[in-house]
Amino acid sequence: MAQNTRTTPAGTPTNVTQNHTKGGIGESTLRPDGTLKVTGEFAYSSDMWHEDMLWGQTLRSTVAHALIENIDISEAVAMPGVYAVLTYDDLPAKMKNYGLEIQDTPVLANGRVRHHGEPVALVAADHPETARRAAAKIKIDYKELPLVTDEASALAPDAPLIHEGRDDHHSGHVPHPNIVHRQPIIRGNVAEARKRADVIVEGEYTFGMQDQAFLGPESGLAVPAEDGGVDLYVATQWLHSDLQQIAPVLGLPPEKVRMTLSGVGGAFGGREDISMQIHACLLALRTGKPVKIVYNRFESFFGHVHRHPAKLYYEHGATKDGKITHMKCKIVLDGGAYASASPAVVGNASSLSVGPYVIDDVDIEAIALYSNNPPCGAMRGFGAVQACFAYEAQMDKLAAKLGMDPVEFRQLNAMEQGTIMPTGQVVDSPAPVAELLRRVKARPLPPEQQWLAAGEEADVRALPGGLSNTTHGEGVVRGIGYAVGIKNVGFSEGFDDYSTARVRLEVINGEPVAMVHTAMAEVGQGGVTVHAQIARTELGVTQVTIHPADTQVGSAGSTSASRQTYMTGGAVKNTCEAVRAKALELGRRKFGSYHPAWATAELLLEGGKVVTDGGEVLADLADVLEGEAIDEELEFRHRPTQAFDLVTGQGNGHVQYTFAAHRAVVEVDTELGLVKVVELATAQDVGKALNMLSVVGQIQGGTTQGLGVAVMEEIIVDPKTAKVRNPSFTDYLIPTILDTPTIPVDVLELADPNAPYGLRGLGEAPTLSSTPAVLAAIRAATGLELNKTPVRPEHLTGT
Amino acid sequence: MRVNFTVNGRKQEADDVWEGESLLYVLRERMGLPGSKNACEQGECGSCTVRLDGVPVCSCLVAAGQVEGREVVTVEGLADYAAHRTDAHPGGGCASGACGTSIDAAKRWQAKPQDGQTGEAGGLSPIQQAFIDAGAVQCGFCTPGLLVAADELLERNSEPSDADIREALSGNLCRCTGYEKILDAVRLAAARQEEAV
Amino acid sequence: MDFLRPASWEEALAAKAEHPTAVPIAGGTDVMVEINFDHRRPEYLLDLNRISELAQWEVGQDSVRLGPSVPYTKIMENLRTELPGLALASHTVASPQIRNRGGVGGNLGCASPAGDAHPSLLSSGADVEVESQARGVRLIPIDEFYKGVKRNALEADELIKAVHIPKADGPQQFSKVGTRNAMVIAVCAFGLALHPETRTVRTGIGSAAPTPIRAKAAEEFLNAALEEGGFWDNGKIITPSIAKQFATLASGACNPIDDVRGTANYRRHAVGVMARRTLMWTWESYRGDNGRTLEGAA
Repeated sequence: MAQNTRTTPAGTPTNVTQNHTKGGIGESTLRPDGTLKVTGEFAYSSDMWHEDMLWGQTLRSTVAHALIENIDISEAVAMPGVYAVLTYDDLPAKMKNYGLEIQDTPVLANGRVRHHGEPVALVAADHPETARRAAAKIKIDYKELPLVTDEASALAPDAPLIHEGRDDHHSGHVPHPNIVHRQPIIRGNVAEARKRADVIVEGEYTFGMQDQAFLGPESGLAVPAEDGGVDLYVATQWLHSDLQQIAPVLGLPPEKVRMTLSGVGGAFGGREDISMQIHACLLALRTGKPVKIVYNRFESFFGHVHRHPAKLYYEHGATKDGKITHMKCKIVLDGGAYASASPAVVGNASSLSVGPYVIDDVDIEAIALYSNNPPCGAMRGFGAVQACFAYEAQMDKLAAKLGMDPVEFRQLNAMEQGTIMPTGQVVDSPAPVAELLRRVKARPLPPEQQWLAAGEEADVRALPGGLSNTTHGEGVVRGIGYAVGIKNVGFSEGFDDYSTARVRLEVINGEPVAMVHTAMAEVGQGGVTVHAQIARTELGVTQVTIHPADTQVGSAGSTSASRQTYMTGGAVKNTCEAVRAKALELGRRKFGSYHPAWATAELLLEGGKVVTDGGEVLADLADVLEGEAIDEELEFRHRPTQAFDLVTGQGNGHVQYTFAAHRAVVEVDTELGLVKVVELATAQDVGKALNMLSVVGQIQGGTTQGLGVAVMEEIIVDPKTAKVRNPSFTDYLIPTILDTPTIPVDVLELADPNAPYGLRGLGEAPTLSSTPAVLAAIRAATGLELNKTPVRPEHLTGT
Repeated sequence: MRVNFTVNGRKQEADDVWEGESLLYVLRERMGLPGSKNACEQGECGSCTVRLDGVPVCSCLVAAGQVEGREVVTVEGLADYAAHRTDAHPGGGCASGACGTSIDAAKRWQAKPQDGQTGEAGGLSPIQQAFIDAGAVQCGFCTPGLLVAADELLERNSEPSDADIREALSGNLCRCTGYEKILDAVRLAAARQEEAV
Repeated sequence: MDFLRPASWEEALAAKAEHPTAVPIAGGTDVMVEINFDHRRPEYLLDLNRISELAQWEVGQDSVRLGPSVPYTKIMENLRTELPGLALASHTVASPQIRNRGGVGGNLGCASPAGDAHPSLLSSGADVEVESQARGVRLIPIDEFYKGVKRNALEADELIKAVHIPKADGPQQFSKVGTRNAMVIAVCAFGLALHPETRTVRTGIGSAAPTPIRAKAAEEFLNAALEEGGFWDNGKIITPSIAKQFATLASGACNPIDDVRGTANYRRHAVGVMARRTLMWTWESYRGDNGRTLEGAA
């Protein structure tokens, strides 16, 4: 960087070039970063290194809700090797809070902490152990305050207010200041429809707090620059959103905070919020030295928001012939101490609470609470995941009460193209819900008792309990369950959702080469693979270079909401089209006189040549571009959406819907309450698979995260103290390869005419239906009601 | 304290090592070998897996002082390590069933220093190539540890069953893939190894 | 922090005598987690990796002398016949990487009730050989080894030199409940060994009391029932009522707590189920072996 005389840190991302691959869209081309990732050379944010760098350490609150009466940093400051100790008083700007939507999160606690693990002070030192020891020497006097831990304590007459004096844009319409946002949706007449119901089922469901558990811990490197600014290398989901939140609290103009995306070790929503970004910058600016912060796994559990735990109350009715009459629900999401993405989670939970079904008469309410529990925000499928768990349980209850097959019952009520959502929005592209269910049901079942297949001795690896040798087949019962879900794609509710792509086309060493530059966060999903494919398809080149993502180009929006292939893929397509038009214009200027087709025919770029739609070659692209480079940066927007009405919930709030269905086959050791998922078959419509290998990988990964929250994953918060009890990979369990079954995937490609290439965002939908499918299968095996996820052995054994 | 050991065939010395540092920290922060990953630092995820005298271990749980005088192979040296094995056992397979690399053999092995550090010169090992080809890499954070573990599995068992693969990789968490394509990759590497015999 | 690297057993004992607070580290699978997570900052780390005899084992006439640093992988691979219960338990330890480093010494030194080796050591009737520079060697019977939550019978200047485990004289089993199919810390565990030579049954329970324990009342009941019914000789199938009573008594031996890994009630329940199942598995194996022996003789 010109204004920075420092050497570039080790691990700074470089261009990734993929040579000699012809693959355009629709081919399963391989990742351009694959070789770097298998050789250990790919630089993740925790791998960054700079000569003379310091290590940052965060001191976090040990209590959930308290006033800070005193902070004594004197011993910490005096330690050799310590360069800086910062508290709230050291914050340099007037702005001292940040937040995705509501700026309610203090950079460092200001006299009060609202949740366990809230950042209170920062240390920079020359070794991580020195920084830890110094942090441990900071003395903080807490005066504990009463806790808000659930709906009852949040809304009690004497409830402490988590945020006093709210003036955010939701504060005017919420019924209580401890409610972040409330979204009702009323359509039809539930009271009347209820009278037509022959059966009514009710249920109260609980969804546990899930962690994204990405493997690459929060980390990054901030390097102070001579212009008073800072260069920040970090793993995030949305560079420009970070920038908007970082610059004001540093007291710097945005152009002085230059961000580059480092390697991202998974995200799943957990990097949508700021973690160590501001802290590293503050320490770097204070000390004048590069500062690296890397959370360990313990701190990571406090360093990012989690999936909202939820209580869901549902009532459905149906006629004898299996038509759903109405649905009433109330969804209470616990947003924890700070708002994060809670408003959007409320919007999704309410607008998708009906599921992929036709129900004309609904009465829906979703709220998110402020509490002293850990802050919750984005995680894959947010809002829709919690709702799907509940409405799919309801579908099974209704089918059972009607004596109907659960799949046929769902198919009978399945939405389709043209269905009107409870928000009044018409579903205007394919919605093959019944077909997805048909496909997973039609698949042959895996053989029974596979653990016996190998011979006489039971192979415990194929049994519940696995290597722990708890059963050789005793007590093991099989169950099968189905579920289907609906998720929105992209940012909804009137948000100005756009992405930006810069594409440069030029000749290098005699060959035309495209460079694609976006700020899209590649978090593992394979966006970089797809961008190269799109550039090849649109520009007819084989060589595509992917520029590192940074803030030198316009915003790409977040890598979330299943939106990046649609949005930044769409932006790359859009910009490539403009570049192509310019290249053709250039060609016409240079060579137009040689062939009449330049003026008359539809021209394409293919295989490095300008060709007519009839296939006639007019020129080499290299000759067209000789001596000139075409460089374009353009924004791309999806069609606009509307906010939901705050009273009726009506509005065309979503861009696109996406659907997946699962069939789970489980074997349950009913005596010990242990579960082995034998198979999780899935079918999903992706509109158009730009890269089938990546598509299937996304679906299998999402499915497995749904499995995790079905049978093992939960952050356990002590209701008496609001403290997290299991912040480690020893006690927060995620599925191992021995817990994960075969996941056959059936991909449909029914184009959405509104979307680039007809594609449908796909990353989240598999996370929705896999959880309720597993639960349904366990219910089928055990006959138990099971209204809570994750299912624990205690629930299955009644202990 | 000072620690001397061999990494990917090259003698290394680290000075001023704090006694509580792990092998993982020394590799990543002192030797410029960040390929071994720091996902949990409690032995629960396997992303820091290296070979210590030939044996796969979590480098986060080995105290730096414990590796004095020992041999470490990291993902950065995996391609060379595998190439050496292929030299020793042409075709890479092992019909005798005794194809594991003994500790002695592992100790004798010396990588060409310039190769071991970058993994560039030696190309990719079969398991590395298979991970790319099978789509087993997404975010890639678990990949280095999985590669070291899977390579060791194929070294001792050239035709692993699915259950064998699952057991051998049960100490390596992956959050992105749902493991299906990791299984594919190991099967693919085993099949290619078989073809090469 | 100081890192002590004794090259021999004698040096190690001397170091431990000089620095009784020194924390021994071998596989590192407990100690390093505590250091990485800042739960512990010992003044001295005492590395035992350089003492090769600690990673060796000898199979004797009646027992196996197992070095405390012998990795679980080696136990699984090499001692399945002599120590089947411990080999099974070893296979449930964490992950392959951890089994390549961790050994029984760590379980004993840490004395966490969740250590996977304890139930088998209890059911086999092992002795722990410890030594100090000042007082030399002593043998601690496993029944007297566990003193409290994460407390054992070692004196501050003592180190674990070996574990003497009687070779199996009958079938042995081990089961452990975790809420994942691999890489899991025990919610609770149960080990059982049939000892046809003495016509006794011994048990071990993990993670269901402040220390690893035996289900003594269950053992006594079963010993009496087997004797009374002539089961050892006639090799009859164990009646459901005996198995059920054994399971109930095993449950009753537990004194568990509620924690994030499981409830006390579940632990009691699961120990009962595992007690019944491991009894059936071992007894069926005993009957089968008897059958083969008789056939072979005929």
